Amino acid sequence: MTTHTNSAHTAGSDAFGASTPGDVDADTPVLNAVGGDWDDLVDEAAAMHEERIVVNMGPQHPSTHGVLRLILELDGETVTEARAGIGYLHTGIEKNMEFRTWTQGVTFCTRMDYVMPLFNEAVYCLAVEKALGITDQIPERANVIRVLMMELNRAASHLVAIATGGMEMGATTVMTIGFRERERILEVFEMVSGLRMNNNYIRPGGVAQDIPAGCIDKVREMVPLVHKGTKEIEDLLNENPILKARTVDVGYLDLTGCIALGATGPILRSAGLPYDLRKADPYCGYETYDFEVITRDTCDSYAKLRNRLDEIHESLKIVDQCIERLDKNPGPVMVEDKKIAWPAQMSVGGDGQGNSLDHIREIMGESMESLIHHFKLVTEGFRVPPGQAYVAIESPKGELGCHVVSDGGTRPYRAHFRDPSFNNLQAVAAMSEGGSVADVIIAVASIDPVMGGVDR
Amino acid sequence: MADNPNAKPRHSGADGDPQKSESSFLSDLFAPVAGFGVTFSTMFRKVATEEYPEQKRPTQLRYHGRHQLNRHPDGLEKCVGCELCAWACPADAIYVEGADNDDESGQRYSPGERYGRVYQINYLRCIFCALCIEACPTRALTMTNEYELADNNRADLIFTKDQLLAPIQSGMLPAPHPMVEGMEERDYYQGKVTGPTPDQEKWVREHSSDEESAE
Ligand code: SF4
Ligand code: SF4
Repeated sequence: MTTHTNSAHTAGSDAFGASTPGDVDADTPVLNAVGGDWDDLVDEAAAMHEERIVVNMGPQHPSTHGVLRLILELDGETVTEARAGIGYLHTGIEKNMEFRTWTQGVTFCTRMDYVMPLFNEAVYCLAVEKALGITDQIPERANVIRVLMMELNRAASHLVAIATGGMEMGATTVMTIGFRERERILEVFEMVSGLRMNNNYIRPGGVAQDIPAGCIDKVREMVPLVHKGTKEIEDLLNENPILKARTVDVGYLDLTGCIALGATGPILRSAGLPYDLRKADPYCGYETYDFEVITRDTCDSYAKLRNRLDEIHESLKIVDQCIERLDKNPGPVMVEDKKIAWPAQMSVGGDGQGNSLDHIREIMGESMESLIHHFKLVTEGFRVPPGQAYVAIESPKGELGCHVVSDGGTRPYRAHFRDPSFNNLQAVAAMSEGGSVADVIIAVASIDPVMGGVDR
Repeated sequence: MADNPNAKPRHSGADGDPQKSESSFLSDLFAPVAGFGVTFSTMFRKVATEEYPEQKRPTQLRYHGRHQLNRHPDGLEKCVGCELCAWACPADAIYVEGADNDDESGQRYSPGERYGRVYQINYLRCIFCALCIEACPTRALTMTNEYELADNNRADLIFTKDQLLAPIQSGMLPAPHPMVEGMEERDYYQGKVTGPTPDQEKWVREHSSDEESAE
């Protein structure tokens, strides 16, 4: 600990940073549970007549969703105070992006919230495109592919949220079904982008390459199966008395609380407000799709869970519409402007995947100008005029924003993300204080934070 | 509290549909135990588990696997040592050192002026993003579908050129050897070279016997 954190402690927080100022007096006995016999410790605690216990849950705890550290102050079994400790998965992604070209930035930001990589990519690319002023020039087909991929990703992310949430409650069947269904979606991602996660598929100006032959059929085949699998989860959970006993009226956060804490996504919609950026501030042509915004108004974890399940069906509904459009309208998937468009034209051959021979013939054998473009874009990248842009989209977890600032160079001056998990995590205290320890798990699971996104 | 969980969902999902009310009386009755039905029917399903490594599931065609350095049909290397792949790599995983081809001393590895003398990919750094193969202007660098790249030490995960180079296909002549006579570099990219010529074969024969006798 550095000296300045020590001085912060004198202002009233304890060694965990868990207490609000003023509630620790200097002569409170401190009991540290490190090794030794538990019974001795209990005797010692009993002898001190001190009921209040501070417990660190995490960062290495199987039910805290990754490396989330929860600092709980307990009175018996009741949580009197809860704080979230974050920062254990800080990766410096935003800083790293300042040292890479705008195009390379996609490979970094896709790794923030690794359960919804395509949303990270999409919001970053939309922000870059806004800064470039080319939002209108993005080809229609690229937009449809983006929507397709995002909605599949939304379903996958919700499946993970429900699966891991179920596992944390001890419902391992929910976990296996959730991951089984997600696998079908990841297979489509692998087919389209070559990777199951961290796809590096959506690029400034469009998408990396068109969907491959057979993809549409595969999605058509997959969608009903995921519907069915989700239905199975619903059968398992919706009216299950055990689940309801554990989630109904647990993790309660009403609309005022959501607004005050900046909570968005399924949490906000479980409090009854139909706020969804796909409707409120459409991007990528969402205004042309037919889907419902799912809301409930019981504000509890059960409502959040049900919202997610319903949203999977709504997402798959959008996927169906995307597939119809992709089937009918071929076209380019990258902006026309050769100064911005990433020059690669990929093809798969006997030697693997690489630039297509046609493209090679053009740049190496025929057109010197194309070759110069190719070299310039790869080595230096394109320039973004000085200025800044902010774009927000509706990710599975809530409002995901990206703020890019350019000084006119080929790299971001700053790229910042408003990750919904980060803001939603603030609600842990409001949702779990006053409940029991077991309810904390439910509350965290219903927030569905992904630490990669929280810490970035 | 347990009997009032359903806030009205604002969509016409299965649970809120009035037309279904008759048939749904039974399903409502059994809803709390519907999970047992799921569990029971799962027993008769095909198991989704993958039996890796006994059975390897083939990847999708576009899968980003191990890299490969390719050759022209006559066996010359496609890599021209331009370092574009290294520039494009966001993880700084590629190291390339170009060198001049030299016909006089018989050191010609690729058509054109330069070739990649040193080529390394560090698989400890590589994130398989494929920006390098998108950057390569000659299709020298491609990604195969091979994914079993784990190892138990760091040194072996820095792949060198001889590990990355594609195997010699039948008919190809291993570099170095001269270009097809009368052809320019661009002819290679325009697909005019389809295999080694007798002159090249002769050169390689002579040259390799030279080497042997020199030893
Ligand atoms: S796949 Fe990506 S990280 Fe790996 S070598 Fe190529 S550019 Fe670098
Ligand atoms: S592999 Fe391709 S991009 Fe890399 S140095 Fe060789 S020719 Fe250039």
